[in-house]
Amino acid sequence: MNAPIKPGYVRPLDLKHGRIDMTHGGGGRAMKQLIEQLFASAFDNEWLAQGNDMARVVLPPGRVVMATDSHVITPLFFPGGDIGCLSVHGTVNDVAMAGAVPVYLAAGFILEEGFPLASLKRIVDSMARAAREANVAIVTGDTKVVEQGKGDGVFITTTGIGVVEDGFVIGGERARAGDAILLSGFIGDHGMTIMSTRESLAFGADLQSDTAALHGLVAAMLDPVREAMRGDASRGIHVLRDPTRGGLATTLNEIAGQSGVGMLIEESAIPVRPQVEAACEFLGLDPLYVANEGKLVAFVAAEDADRVLVAMRGHPLGRDAARIGTVTEAPHHFVQMATRFGGRRVVDWLTGEQLPRIC
Amino acid sequence: MCLAVPVRVVELGAGDAAIVDLGGIRKEVSLALVEDVAVGDYVILHVGYALTKLDPVEAERTLALFAEAGVLPQ
Amino acid sequence: MKYIDEFRDGELARGIAAQIAREIRPDRRYQFMEFCGGHTHAISRYGITDLLPPQIKLIHGPGCPVCVLPIGRVDLAIRLALEHKVWLATYGDCLRVPASDGLSLLKAKARGAKVAMVYSAADALDLARRQPEAQVVFFAIGFETTTPPTALVIRKAAAEGITNFSVVCNHVLTPSAITSILESPEVRQLGTVPLDGFIGPAHVSTVIGSRPYEHFAQEYAKPVVIAGFEPLDVMQAILMLVRQVNDGRAEVENEFTRAVTRDGNLKAQALVSEVFELRRSFEWRGLGEVPYSALQIRGEYAAFDAEKKFALETRKVLDNKACECGAILRGVKHPRDCRIFGTVCTPENPIGSCMVSSEGACAAHYTYGRFREIAVQAA
Repeated sequence: MNAPIKPGYVRPLDLKHGRIDMTHGGGGRAMKQLIEQLFASAFDNEWLAQGNDMARVVLPPGRVVMATDSHVITPLFFPGGDIGCLSVHGTVNDVAMAGAVPVYLAAGFILEEGFPLASLKRIVDSMARAAREANVAIVTGDTKVVEQGKGDGVFITTTGIGVVEDGFVIGGERARAGDAILLSGFIGDHGMTIMSTRESLAFGADLQSDTAALHGLVAAMLDPVREAMRGDASRGIHVLRDPTRGGLATTLNEIAGQSGVGMLIEESAIPVRPQVEAACEFLGLDPLYVANEGKLVAFVAAEDADRVLVAMRGHPLGRDAARIGTVTEAPHHFVQMATRFGGRRVVDWLTGEQLPRIC
Repeated sequence: MCLAVPVRVVELGAGDAAIVDLGGIRKEVSLALVEDVAVGDYVILHVGYALTKLDPVEAERTLALFAEAGVLPQ
Repeated sequence: MKYIDEFRDGELARGIAAQIAREIRPDRRYQFMEFCGGHTHAISRYGITDLLPPQIKLIHGPGCPVCVLPIGRVDLAIRLALEHKVWLATYGDCLRVPASDGLSLLKAKARGAKVAMVYSAADALDLARRQPEAQVVFFAIGFETTTPPTALVIRKAAAEGITNFSVVCNHVLTPSAITSILESPEVRQLGTVPLDGFIGPAHVSTVIGSRPYEHFAQEYAKPVVIAGFEPLDVMQAILMLVRQVNDGRAEVENEFTRAVTRDGNLKAQALVSEVFELRRSFEWRGLGEVPYSALQIRGEYAAFDAEKKFALETRKVLDNKACECGAILRGVKHPRDCRIFGTVCTPENPIGSCMVSSEGACAAHYTYGRFREIAVQAA
């Protein structure tokens, strides 16, 4: 006679050699197992443990800020990070750019049939680590599976909520003539790291993505001006934005348009690593348009600029922070740059995608 | 047209292959269009091929010309 | 970066600028054509115009292989990808060029065409090696700088007996382009485009040498100064041109001595002659048919000639009626003279070739020059 079957026994996921198949998105046992053994165990919090399709949360006091980001990056793993931590950082940063403290995240996964479970585990563990370090909880999520060929391995969408002090209005429409433009560090690291992994453009370098959660830096920047901002809306930090796709140039143009101002920046003040400069030279790219994932630009009232800059430099993610320019009164909203060479040029919107060129 | 960069040859490989360096970035390129290239030489690189060697003496001479332009008597 | 940073020094720039200002004759105008798109780019990117006295005017010439590529040739590439279902390997520059039926190579890719962007001709050949069951076609563009690499891969493919690789050859020749400018009615007869000299291309010259330009200096009495790519090179070349004009000289001078010799790269030239021969005529977008201005693959290498292999015919496609690219490429008109510049025709939605490539006169003006005009109006 055979040994009695243990009630409720389910063979554990083969995280070494297993692959995603259509049953994992089917809503049945296989999906439940995937969620429990992979996602919930990694993200590990009381909300996910409840096993609902939603999470009841309590928010600290303040104005609620919400943001969402989808991540479709290839390759999934790159020097300095992966799609997992990127998806946490991206949304945490969007929330932080309101001057808010991010608290909860939701994560949706679209998995491609055939995707190795080992890779998924690596990504999920990375997300869990990033969330822990950022002090946010991933409280709810969703999983779907698409047929092979209809996805790039995995797509992740994260939505985040946080709170900002009531009365603080930090946004792209608030830049004013005279504001100082501060940049938190080296530009172009992430984009050129990704480029360096692409087949046709492979070159050896020790470039690393700069992907990072910036809310700690933002909090450090707000500290010295919090009081002033409470008393007077024209003081302190007016705008915060992280220059992701399209780079610094695109971000500055967006803000110029939103606020109806012009800008004058100094090329020599913008920090670019020599390797990023060299990589851009090779491909005919302009670092101003290359993506970043762990940098921010801040528009600060002139009288508070020095104070905020000092606070930035005192934080690990802002050590190389610099003042790169000033907001000007300009009807045409151009972002102008004084070149290292001595002449001036306009830094315009990015057209399409920046592609390596031979010409 | 013709985006090309001056790069330093750091390693010679099999056949016409070589590794060059620009500002710390290394890349594998082809020396098939040039001759007598040694490690340490600078070449002008275009679409993965070295087009010519860069003459360091002429480079210095050109820079000197630039500087001279600024101090010519009037 | 050595040999780059020193040639971008702002201090030296001011010195040369001051010297130019001292040497120009204030009552004279100096109009120089910078032929090469790379120079157009450098002038815009570094704001060189700001450092020059108003008497000097720089005209953008047709030295942009993307800009002079006829729509019909891009259509050919798109047809290869969509109808013949080949792997179409192309440099990044060509991906967004608008062709017929609202298509571009990028848009064709969105429709399922196998379009691969390559950084180098060698990558295209590599693609053929890695996909032996597929046909790979390399869409080769460029002036003399980019031609030798194409010659190399064709020769390599032949040596290795590769049968699934071929090339659409759109390589064009610089001296022919310069001739067509100088022969244009506006320059030759009407004198409506006074050209006082040329800033000669940097990297083309490393391959062809300075000798081919001697013809222009002699025949057309126009000075040519071959300039390196960096902004200081361009400024020094302008100074040298100003001197020639003042002295009444018409010579070929070489500013880019660190990379250009009179003979050029003989090894590369021999290689090109081995694989390519002159086309009797080739259409240049904006310039019309220009005799002996482009290359085709020699009979011995016919197996690698995609135009023969796939029995392709280039259909002539007319430019948009409002498009002034032709006149702009010849230096006859300025982007702002074009009715649709900046409104219908923008870098996001380019109607003509001058707007497509970031080095085209219109794209450069839109991206960098626009604001100067506006500032002037406000003053």
